[in-house]
Amino acid sequence: MQDWEMTFNQLIDALLPQLNDDEDIQVLLIAEDSHFTRFNQAKVRQTGTVVNGSLALMLMVNQRLASESISFTGEKESDWPRLMAALQHLREEIPQLPEDPYLVIPHGDEQSRDVYSGELLTPATVVPNVLPQLAGLDAAGLYAGGRSVQAYADSSNQRHWFETTTFTLDYSLFTAEGQAVKGTYAGRTWENALYADTLAASKALLGRMQKPSKPLERGQYRTYFAPAAVADLVNMLSWGGIGEASIRRGGSALGPLQRQERTLSTQVHLLEDFSHGQVSRFNQYGELAPLSMPLIKAGKLVNTLVSARTAKEYDIPSTFAESGEYLRSPVLAPGTLPINEALKALGTGLYVSNLHYLNWSDRPNGRITGMTRYACFWVEGGEIVAPIENLRFDESLYNFWGEDLIALTQETTFVPEVGSYGYRDLGGALVPGMLVDKFTYTL
Amino acid sequence: MTATSLRTTDPSDLLQQVLDSLDLPADWIGMRVVQEDRRQRSQRDGHPERNRRSLDQGAMVEVMVNGQVGYAATNRLSPEGLREAAVIAFQQAKAAAPWKIYAFQPTIRPQVAGRYQSPVRDSLDTLQPRDVNDMLARICHGLKVSDKIVQAKASAGTQVIDTWLASTSGSQVHQHFSFLTIDFGATAQDGPVVQTRTYNGASARCYQGGWEHLGQSDALAASVQRVGEQAVELLTAEECPAIATTLVLAPDQMMLQIHESIGHPLELDRILGDERNYAGGSFVKPKDFGTLQYGSKLLNVTFDPTVDHEFASYAFDDTGVMAERQYLIRNGVLERGLGSSESQVRLGVPGVACARATSWDRPPIDRMANINLEPGDRTFSDLISTIEDGVYMEANRSWSIDDQRYKFQFGCEYAQRIRHGQLAETLRNPNYRATTSQFWHSLTQVGNQDTWQTFGTPYCGKGEPNQVIHVGHGAPVCAFANIEVFGGAG
Repeated sequence: MQDWEMTFNQLIDALLPQLNDDEDIQVLLIAEDSHFTRFNQAKVRQTGTVVNGSLALMLMVNQRLASESISFTGEKESDWPRLMAALQHLREEIPQLPEDPYLVIPHGDEQSRDVYSGELLTPATVVPNVLPQLAGLDAAGLYAGGRSVQAYADSSNQRHWFETTTFTLDYSLFTAEGQAVKGTYAGRTWENALYADTLAASKALLGRMQKPSKPLERGQYRTYFAPAAVADLVNMLSWGGIGEASIRRGGSALGPLQRQERTLSTQVHLLEDFSHGQVSRFNQYGELAPLSMPLIKAGKLVNTLVSARTAKEYDIPSTFAESGEYLRSPVLAPGTLPINEALKALGTGLYVSNLHYLNWSDRPNGRITGMTRYACFWVEGGEIVAPIENLRFDESLYNFWGEDLIALTQETTFVPEVGSYGYRDLGGALVPGMLVDKFTYTL
Repeated sequence: MTATSLRTTDPSDLLQQVLDSLDLPADWIGMRVVQEDRRQRSQRDGHPERNRRSLDQGAMVEVMVNGQVGYAATNRLSPEGLREAAVIAFQQAKAAAPWKIYAFQPTIRPQVAGRYQSPVRDSLDTLQPRDVNDMLARICHGLKVSDKIVQAKASAGTQVIDTWLASTSGSQVHQHFSFLTIDFGATAQDGPVVQTRTYNGASARCYQGGWEHLGQSDALAASVQRVGEQAVELLTAEECPAIATTLVLAPDQMMLQIHESIGHPLELDRILGDERNYAGGSFVKPKDFGTLQYGSKLLNVTFDPTVDHEFASYAFDDTGVMAERQYLIRNGVLERGLGSSESQVRLGVPGVACARATSWDRPPIDRMANINLEPGDRTFSDLISTIEDGVYMEANRSWSIDDQRYKFQFGCEYAQRIRHGQLAETLRNPNYRATTSQFWHSLTQVGNQDTWQTFGTPYCGKGEPNQVIHVGHGAPVCAFANIEVFGGAG
């Protein structure tokens, strides 16, 4: 395995002396060495490895910025000429660009190094360990695992390195009629016993899906959302929600909350919490986020995600967000409802394990549409009666996190990110279950 | 956007040299090299937000052993890097072969030779970074038609992508693509009311070719002014009423409608179940091909990667299969699916050349390319004139559909009421919902060639590991009877 950290540091050490006095730079690295096995019907569909890296160089001169990213192979003799060519390109281009009044020049003296090792299955042993336990099941999913790296350096001598070795096994089990349950096993060390436990829980849930599904009329239903569904709703706040720039420019669903035109339940406490080390604390400006920061406290918006660029534009303090001002390590604080009393508290209504394909249907008013998916049940008298046919919902967060929020569970669950657009996602959301009254289903 | 952007090193000889030197007991070995040069420039309110170039290159090495393909993707384009990748892919295929879902034959990756080049009139070299930034600043300023415009954004993206395919079966393919995407929009706000209007929807103006797709400067300026003015107009417009009525969709919303409720459900890998753990399956069953009345008899849909300048045109898919125009739905009847050679042989239904990968670091999967709804015979004015009461909607802003591609809800940026055969007052927050079968069976009128426009998106997501890909969609204006429409508010 290549020593990417040594190569990165060698490249930076060689690059910094090349800079002219009026030049500032930032360099961002993202790289991974990943194995993927995709399966369907508990058989291998596609399997392979991806080794990829990208080095982004940002050059700042005379209040102007241009950036160029190049392939990072981890071999200095290959990467150095490309890096120097990128620097030359940027020097040629930057005089043509307009001044950027909100340019953030690197400053500070932050340094960090976090390396989390893991014990994963080797690529050749993934299939023999994962698939035999799925034998006889109609199972589809993806095993993804390997080393992920994010690093930062700049001309003010800030430098950060974050490296973690992780895996996710994201799967679905299906009945003959097409009803399904979703399961996820993730971590830094693969343990067959834990995998078996996770799978056993999924199989038990699948057993409840064998009954004929119950069609429901559109309308409002009392609903319990399991943590995976709650995480999907929380993650919507990364998309025109909690970011200061979107609030300032009319693009945020939390505009009415910020303007105090709408309120949320005092049970809602949302924070960013990096204490578990799932993702890097440094951002693309080299800033280290605080270990924990409240965003919504007792239903009130107490902080937003403010990037250094937004801070400069509006002359407000940064909260050390990425430029996209999205949630990186969200935690929705637990409530008081014991999870083993959730069905009893629900009484009659819907148990929703997962949601699917969420989108804003009226973002300025906080309204979200999407579908129920996987193990969702009709419940009567606190007992599961039957799985349901999937429903479309269309509901405002000012209702389900407002006066219609009945309770949050005492227990929280870590719902890992399993996406892999570009590179494998890291981290996830720590959330409780949620009991809501009068949730609106429309189709 | 400068001459230096088009630097390309032809790796054909390297690939052949490595293939010739490999000594692996494999059924078949293929290598696909991708080199990409992407430029993104954007401004907000006349200030630069992004001037970014991304150079990316790498190789996808696939090895078939005992009917199972294993892959290894590497960005080390040296003989050693490629050989190491081939060994890893071989080991992966060998380890997985006892658990394969299907025993493929090497013929699934045909011997093929050929070239493709995007048609370009005005080369991407012709505008310098200064020119592009000046243009974006002009657009931002043009969008600011009122103090109520709180944000004006404009961006231009170019991509030059070269792909080479070589294999032990003797294939040699080189495709050279040139892409342009133009995007701008304005957000207007008056107290709690916020409305955004864009240039036919976010990133919808994407084409193969060069700067010719920018259009004439006076036409562009008129579009900019219209977008700004309509954003302001929407602030005081009535909410879209909640009624069941005749819905007329412009081509920039038909794009999304076709994509979500025809393109995705016809993907054979969804029907096979490969995609069930992520994007989902499909309500379409294998027995439906050749028999299912998908929509009204006015519905004619093609897979057509041969349309000049449409966003997802190509001559070969990423497994080397030659691409050609095919009817998916003719006179409302489902004829074939969107499935690669691999999916076709597994499912036993006809498909198309659509095994595509986002880049060198992902294996090809079943994908849309250009999926077009063929024009009918109605002029726009004729079509509207027949409608006593209805709603006309333009430009997508919200999209959501279930995992079987059946129950959907879509929202648009801009709408007008249709009263007594004429376009009437403007409506804001227009949404509609239906099921796929009900919707396409409600197709009552199809606009003619004069109403037909092509759009696309660079961001169609699918697959595990995840992939985004370019798709194009051409469509005329279409009318649908008795559709549930409604407005916004929480």
